[in-house]
Amino acid sequence: MTAAADSARPVEPGVLPRRSFLQGEQAQGLALISPTFLYALILLLLPILVVIAHSFWTQDYLTIDRTLTLENYREALTEPMYRDLLMRSMAISFAVSVATVLLAYPVAYFISFHGGRHKNLWLFIIMVPFWTSYLLRVMAWKVILGYQGVLNTGLVGVGIIDEPSNAFLYNTTAVVIALTHAWAAFAILPIYVALEKVDRSLLEAARDLGDGPVRTFLRVTLPLSMPGVIAALLIVMIPTVGDYVTPRLVGGTEGVMIANAIQAQFGRAANWPLGAALSVTTMVAVSAMALVAVFILRAAARLAR
Amino acid sequence: MSDRPMIEVRDVTRSYGNFKALDNASLTIREGEFFSLLGPSGCGKTTLLRMIAGFDTPTNGAILIDGQKMAGIPANRRPTNMVFQSYAIFPHLNVEQNVGYGLKRLRLEKAEEKRRVDEALAQVELGGLGRRGAGELSGGQRQRVALARALVMRPKVLLLDEPLSALDKKLREQMQVELRHLQQSVGITFVLVTHDQYEALAMSDRIAVMFGGRIAQVDTPKQVYQRPVNRQVADFLGGMNFVRARIVGEAEGHIVVDTPGFGQVRAERPRQFAPSNGSATLGIRPERLRVLWDEETAKHQVSGTVVDRHYFGEITHLVVEIPGFEAPLSVTETNNFGADDIPVGAPIRLAYDPDALVAMAD
Repeated sequence: MTAAADSARPVEPGVLPRRSFLQGEQAQGLALISPTFLYALILLLLPILVVIAHSFWTQDYLTIDRTLTLENYREALTEPMYRDLLMRSMAISFAVSVATVLLAYPVAYFISFHGGRHKNLWLFIIMVPFWTSYLLRVMAWKVILGYQGVLNTGLVGVGIIDEPSNAFLYNTTAVVIALTHAWAAFAILPIYVALEKVDRSLLEAARDLGDGPVRTFLRVTLPLSMPGVIAALLIVMIPTVGDYVTPRLVGGTEGVMIANAIQAQFGRAANWPLGAALSVTTMVAVSAMALVAVFILRAAARLAR
Repeated sequence: MSDRPMIEVRDVTRSYGNFKALDNASLTIREGEFFSLLGPSGCGKTTLLRMIAGFDTPTNGAILIDGQKMAGIPANRRPTNMVFQSYAIFPHLNVEQNVGYGLKRLRLEKAEEKRRVDEALAQVELGGLGRRGAGELSGGQRQRVALARALVMRPKVLLLDEPLSALDKKLREQMQVELRHLQQSVGITFVLVTHDQYEALAMSDRIAVMFGGRIAQVDTPKQVYQRPVNRQVADFLGGMNFVRARIVGEAEGHIVVDTPGFGQVRAERPRQFAPSNGSATLGIRPERLRVLWDEETAKHQVSGTVVDRHYFGEITHLVVEIPGFEAPLSVTETNNFGADDIPVGAPIRLAYDPDALVAMAD
C-alpha cells in the first residue's frame, strides 16, 4: 500500500488513534497514585496479612510452626474467658460510641447552628485537650474518680454521700467515661461537618410546610446529618474495642478488655498465633457490629420520614 | 379576583442596625391577585416576602393575612406556602415524598394523601415522576416539584422567591405562561419576587416597584410601564428617552410643560407628584417613536440624523441625534420596513404621539 493511499483512508469517526499503554491517561493515573498505593499496601495491608497468617500457625516457645491449623480459632472462640472478654469489649465499645455520639451531637449542632462567627474558635477549644498526651487525660480521670478524688470530695462536701465511695474507679463505668471523653472530638467533627452541609433553606421549607422545630429536626436535620452520625459511630466504635491503655489504667479487674488479652499473648504468654487469632476474631466481630449499627441507624432515619 | 384584601402590609420597617432593608412600606394585595414585588437586588423585596412568610419579623408595623394579624405567628402556622429561590427540594426524599411532606402532618387517609399528591403533580405536569429521586431532576423539574409541594397545601397565599431565575431563557418564558395559567385556574393569591421586569410585566395583575427599601409605585403592568411615577421606575422597566422639562402651566389633572425638543406639551399630571422648583422630566419609550418613510408625514414629528444602529433580529435599535435635544433619542423599530438597512449618518424623521409623552418626577 502506498503512502498516498494510506493517508487517503478516511479516519473512522469516534475511534481515537491507539496509543501505547505507557502514554495513556490510565498509566499516568496509576503512576500518580502509586506512591500512595504502595504506602497503603506496605503500612496498612501487609501487617494485616501478617497477622492473619500468624493466626493459622502455632508457636512452640520461640519457633513458629508454619503448618496451617484452625486450633487458635477453636481456642479463641470456645475458651469462655476470651468469649467473655470479647463480649465485654463489644458492650463497652457500643456503650462508649452511643454515649459519645449522643453527647457530641448537641455540641456539633450548637457550633453549626449557633456558632455564628466563632465556629472556628469553638472547634479550636474542643481540640485543645488533645494537645496533651492521651495517657495524661486518662490519668486525669483517675484524679477525678478516685477514692480521694474530685468527685468523691465534692459529693461528700455537698453532703450527698457520707464517706468517699469506691464505686467510681476501677470498673466498667470508669472505662466508659474515660473513653467517651477521649473520643469526643472525633465524634463532634464528622457530625459538625455533616450539619454544616445541611442547606438551611431546607429547614425553612420544612417550617413553611407546617413542621415545628422538633419535627423539622426529626424529619430533615437528623436524616441529613445521618452520614456524620454513622461516621462518628464507626470512628469511635472500631478503635475503642481494641483499646487497652484505658482499661489498664481505670478499669481494674472488672474493666479488662479483649485487647489486654491480646497484648498478653504477644507479650508474657508468648503465643503470637493465639494473639493473632484473637485479633482477627475481634476485627470480624467489630465489623459485624458496625454493619448492624449502620443498618439500624439507616432504617431509623428512613422511618423518621 | 375580588376586592377583598388578602395581605395588608401596614407601615412595615425592617432595620438591621442602622440599615433599613425596608422603610415604612405599605401595600394591600387583593384576594386571588397575581402580585409582583419588582426591584433591583437589595431593594427589600425578598425581606418583605420573608416577613409575609414568617421567616423574618418587622421592626415596626404590622402584616395582616386574610384580616388576621401575623405578629407572633410562626411560619409553620401561617396560611402561606413558599417556592424558594433554591427550590429547597429535600434531597433525602423522592418527588412524591417531597410533595407530600406537608400533608403528613395533617394525618389524612393514605388514599386521600396520595390523591392530593397526584393531583398536585398533575397540575405541574409531573404526573408519573413521583418515584424519581430528588437528585435525578432537572432544574425545571425541581422548580415544578417545589411548586407542587406548596400548592398541595392549598395555601391562601403562595409566595414565590425568584422562582424562575435559575432556568434558561426559553424554559423561563414557558414557565411564565404556565405559572400565570396555573394561578388563574387555582385562584390562589400569588406574590412573586423578581428583578426581571419582563417577568413581572408578563405575569402580574399588579406590580410594586421597589427601590432602596421603599415602594416607589404600585400599579398594573401597563400603568407601571406607560405611566412611571419617576425616572428610576421608568428606567428600571426598560428603555426610556428622558427630556428635561419646565412646568409652564397646571390644570385639573394635567400639567403643561415646555421642552427644548418637543415644544409645549400637555401631559397627564403624574401621581405622587410634588412639583419642586417648577421642573419635571418628560419621557417617551423608544418604541413609541416611529420612523417616517419617504414622503410620509405626521402631525407631530422631529427630524435628525442616525448616529448609531444596533440589530436585534426582529427589531433594530437606532440612536438619533436631533438638533435642539440635549441627548440623542433611542428608537426601536420593527424590521418590517427595512429599519435595519438605514445607514448610520442618514437623515431621518420620527413621528410621535403626544399622548405617549409621560411627565414624571425627576
